[in-house]
Amino acid sequence: MLNPFKWGLKKSPWVFHLGASACNNCDIEILDCLTPKFDIERFGIVLTGSPRHADVLLVSGIVNRQSIERFKRAYDQVPKPKLVVAIGVCACSADMFRDSYNFVRPVDEIIPVDVYVPGCPPKPEAIIAGIMKALGKIK
Amino acid sequence: MTDSLKLIFGYLIFPGLIFSAMVGMIACWIDRKVTARLQYRKGPPWYQPLADILKLLGKEMIVPEGVSNAVFLAAPLFGLSAAALVALILWQGNLDRSAGFIGDLIAALYLLTIPSLAMIIGGSSSRNPLSALGASREMKLILAYELPFTIAVFTIVVKAGSIMIGGVASHTAVLSVSGLIAFLVALLAAQAKMGFVPFDIAEAEQEIMAGPLLEYSGPGLALFKLTKDILFFVLPLFLITLFLGGIEVTTVAGIILAVLKYALILVLMVLIKNTNPRLKIDQAVRFFWGPVTLLAIAGFIFAVIGW
Ligand code: SF4
Repeated sequence: MLNPFKWGLKKSPWVFHLGASACNNCDIEILDCLTPKFDIERFGIVLTGSPRHADVLLVSGIVNRQSIERFKRAYDQVPKPKLVVAIGVCACSADMFRDSYNFVRPVDEIIPVDVYVPGCPPKPEAIIAGIMKALGKIK
Repeated sequence: MTDSLKLIFGYLIFPGLIFSAMVGMIACWIDRKVTARLQYRKGPPWYQPLADILKLLGKEMIVPEGVSNAVFLAAPLFGLSAAALVALILWQGNLDRSAGFIGDLIAALYLLTIPSLAMIIGGSSSRNPLSALGASREMKLILAYELPFTIAVFTIVVKAGSIMIGGVASHTAVLSVSGLIAFLVALLAAQAKMGFVPFDIAEAEQEIMAGPLLEYSGPGLALFKLTKDILFFVLPLFLITLFLGGIEVTTVAGIILAVLKYALILVLMVLIKNTNPRLKIDQAVRFFWGPVTLLAIAGFIFAVIGW
């Protein structure tokens, strides 16, 4: 028997979109998931406006010198248990911005990342699959 | 002893907290599903509202730095306990029409504002500018809709000649001109009380995130959501009691009729919700204090001259 709270978490993951400093393409693909074509509300996923309401953080972009402090604070504002999904190669590995003067550290060296969704930008299907994979980690 | 046990049972299980929350959750799911279907989406599964509440109950509750713990944590409880109490009062008044006390209608009217007050207290205590903004909007909204709402309720009191829930429930007010006008006014006010579009100004997800609820997480947020679910049962029940001749659950036909009445109100609410854009707070106040109040006063005058 699954614990009812865990069951709730699996069936109602509310996502918060944390743009670290993306080029905005990944962010647009995340918003695409909300459109009738993909309809993530089928899985109970709702996009929240406040990190306090979130269960899953969707991180996009590289973390730079300006955003790192805010990035860490936003992560701390999310109540436990929380999951992190890195969206796009920027968040996964910093890719082409690796040598930029403004780049600090890859996302997974700042906060724990549960699932990586590569792509530049990833397809909405891949993002949804990533969120569902992250939920599969709840035991 | 048995009386107090019965009261506790009535308050906590049927028709208080648990039962009204369950009906409210089903209503909430219907609302979300219909909205999704209107947008050519599939929409959430039937257990969605329950899953939301359970999940929130199991999460960590963060109290922001520098916030008074007592006020921040007690605010959602105020709202929830008041909402469950109205459910009990309304249900009892409907089933046993001679029960109740003089003026229980007024008590219900007062109790119905407490969930909004709880939002204001919680929002202003959470030390966030957006929450404070949401709380101030909620306050203005209450000032705006309470005036026509109260006039509409008193129209029915004049019409039915009784100030008890049992008395107004035996009277199908909506069949008269004044009753119909009062029903329209009260329906709009109920929409605003629920915080539904076009009056979701206080929560306004897209501009001030979630307004007063912004800093709430875990169980605190769950209680606010639960209060909203219960209101989704209580407010239609209040409208049915006042305008549609109350409900009867002793016979099968009575139960079917009660469900139909409830569905009618639900459909009207979801319809208004899905066909309107959000108003600005000044527009909402002007709307309620202008045309809606004038309409309510006209209805009241009609009731006094006996239409
Ligand atoms: S992964 Fe590509 S699309 Fe996404 S933020 Fe980086 S550069 Fe933009």
